[in-house]
Formats: sequence, structure tokens, C-alpha cells
Amino acid sequence: MVFSEEVGLAIKRVLPDALVTVEDLSGGGDHLQVSVVSKAFAGLSLIRQHQLVYGALKDELASEAIHALALNTSTPD
Amino acid sequence: MDPNTRTRIESLVNSSPIMVFMKGTKLMPQCGFSNNVVQILNSLGMRFETFDVLSDMEIRQGIKDYSNWPTIPQVYVKGEFIGGSDILIEMYNSGELREKLEIALAS
Repeated sequence: MVFSEEVGLAIKRVLPDALVTVEDLSGGGDHLQVSVVSKAFAGLSLIRQHQLVYGALKDELASEAIHALALNTSTPD
Repeated sequence: MDPNTRTRIESLVNSSPIMVFMKGTKLMPQCGFSNNVVQILNSLGMRFETFDVLSDMEIRQGIKDYSNWPTIPQVYVKGEFIGGSDILIEMYNSGELREKLEIALAS
């Protein structure tokens, strides 16, 4: 499975309703642009929203499988 | 995280009203995300201090545990963690960052 799909699945395990788009900026899989849309973000500060996503990607970040992650979170309108 | 590292981090976090833990220095950022933060704060004309986490592995790992935030850069205003590159960009674009910094520096 392509790594960016794994990232999407890891996020959806924590945020089942999330609409996740993962863009591989570098082609190598370690520089990713990820945007996540989820109702779970409603009322949360940006920091808390991003921490939820970072929590879902804890292993990938710790192992530096993801070296750079540009993250964008929002709630469905 | 050992107490000595935590104490060092606490003093660093509070050593300047605006404190940035980054890769590299103001003049020589070593990472695009760290550079984003430096450029944003420069464009707002804000005085800030930085710490190069590449120079100290204990701080580099410790700061991530301290804020429960797994990436660098990390920006602190009056000792409070306000975000990394993505959040700084969003706050800058919405105008919230200038307001937050001016209030923090005025108080």
C-alpha cells in the first residue's frame, strides 16, 4: 500500500468521519501535505485539532517515516 | 524527560516574551518550516529569541514532550505554546497572530 494511503488510514482510525487528503510533496513519502476535515474538530483550538492528527501519526512521526508534515484541519461546513 | 532537562526547558521557554525553538538560527534557518516562523515574526516586526534544537538533542526531544507537540519549530509567547509553522501561518493570515502578540507584549 502506498505510504500516503497508510497515513490516511491511520488518521481515520482516530477520526472515523474524517475526510483526509494526503499529498506527497517530495515523491519520497516523507514530505507530506495533509488536510483533514472532521466534525470532531468543532470547538477545538487549532492546537488541539492538530494534536489529534499528530496523535494518530505518533509512530510515523517518531520514526521520522514522516519527516515534514504540513497540516491543515477544518470542520465540515 | 529528566528533571534537569525540564528545568532547562522551563527557563528557556520563559527567557523571552516570544521564544522560538527551531532548527538553525534566525540568520541561518536549517528547515523550511523554521524559516516560515522566522519570516512571519520578522514581517510583524516582533522581537523574539530562538534556540537551535539541532545543537542540543535533549532539548530537541524534551521540547516535544513538554508541549505534547511532535514537530519543530515551536513558538512560545509568555511561556505559552501557541503552535508550529502551520498554525503560525493560519494565525498570521487571519490577523489573529498580530493581535495575540501585541496583547502579550503589552501586558
